[in-house]
Amino acid sequence: MARLLLGLAAGLIFGFGLALSGMDNPAKVQNFLDLAGTWDPSLAFVMGGAIAVAMPAFFFLNKLEKPLLDNSFHLPLKAAVDKRLLAGAGIFGIGWGLGGLCPGPALSSAGLATTSALVFVAAMIIGMAVARRV
Amino acid sequence: METSFTPLASLAGGILIGLSAVLLYAGLGRIAGISGIVSRLLPPSGSANERGWEVTFVIGLIAAPVLFQLLSGGPIQQTFTAGLPLLAIAGVLVGFGSVYGNGCTSGHGVCGISRLSVRSIAATLTFMATGFITVFVLRHLVGG
Repeated sequence: MARLLLGLAAGLIFGFGLALSGMDNPAKVQNFLDLAGTWDPSLAFVMGGAIAVAMPAFFFLNKLEKPLLDNSFHLPLKAAVDKRLLAGAGIFGIGWGLGGLCPGPALSSAGLATTSALVFVAAMIIGMAVARRV
Repeated sequence: METSFTPLASLAGGILIGLSAVLLYAGLGRIAGISGIVSRLLPPSGSANERGWEVTFVIGLIAAPVLFQLLSGGPIQQTFTAGLPLLAIAGVLVGFGSVYGNGCTSGHGVCGISRLSVRSIAATLTFMATGFITVFVLRHLVGG
């Protein structure tokens, strides 16, 4: 039960952060990516704020033996930069630039239930399901 | 279309995103990577033991903008510049690319960089680069 509530709280806080930050707005995201045009640097502050909190906290938490509600920390095991990583990231960036939403804001905005958001999320889930199988 | 520079709101939102990532890591030892969390709920399904918190996380993430609007008393600004066909293509690329490359803005961009993961730094530089190039082509070469 505690794990479920923690997941819910983390999802709510994450979603509030997205809404407050402007990441839910495709026009703002695309303006961040538009250095040669109507550049809006706000989103650098989103990433900066998140990393400023997470980096020192992760450093401290890694000194613990295990997390509060689990037997161990679960970190990605791969260490090498490979073609799959770069190809996937490259394709993701193209879609991000075209649509203006990354997976967090996309899924979160399903709650706003506009046609545009729902079309994007449905397409994103199809893309994810395909990638799970290749 | 211009959007206003919002350093304080964006910083505060970023801090909340960071806190959420810390909460997941401190509580469950898990990385707050949205593409990972969502894709593990799709077939072939991931660990049943993890499914519970992943589902409640997604519920919280989807409920958040609705609650945010109620509490703030105004609508969240969301302006799509692409039409539905382009949005569908963009959505497929975002979903496929983020899962194929093991992460997105949250997993690689926030959590991975915070852990100083070389893979995540490489991935973040890559999707930022293709994002910048795509918007440049879209806005300055193709259309306007």
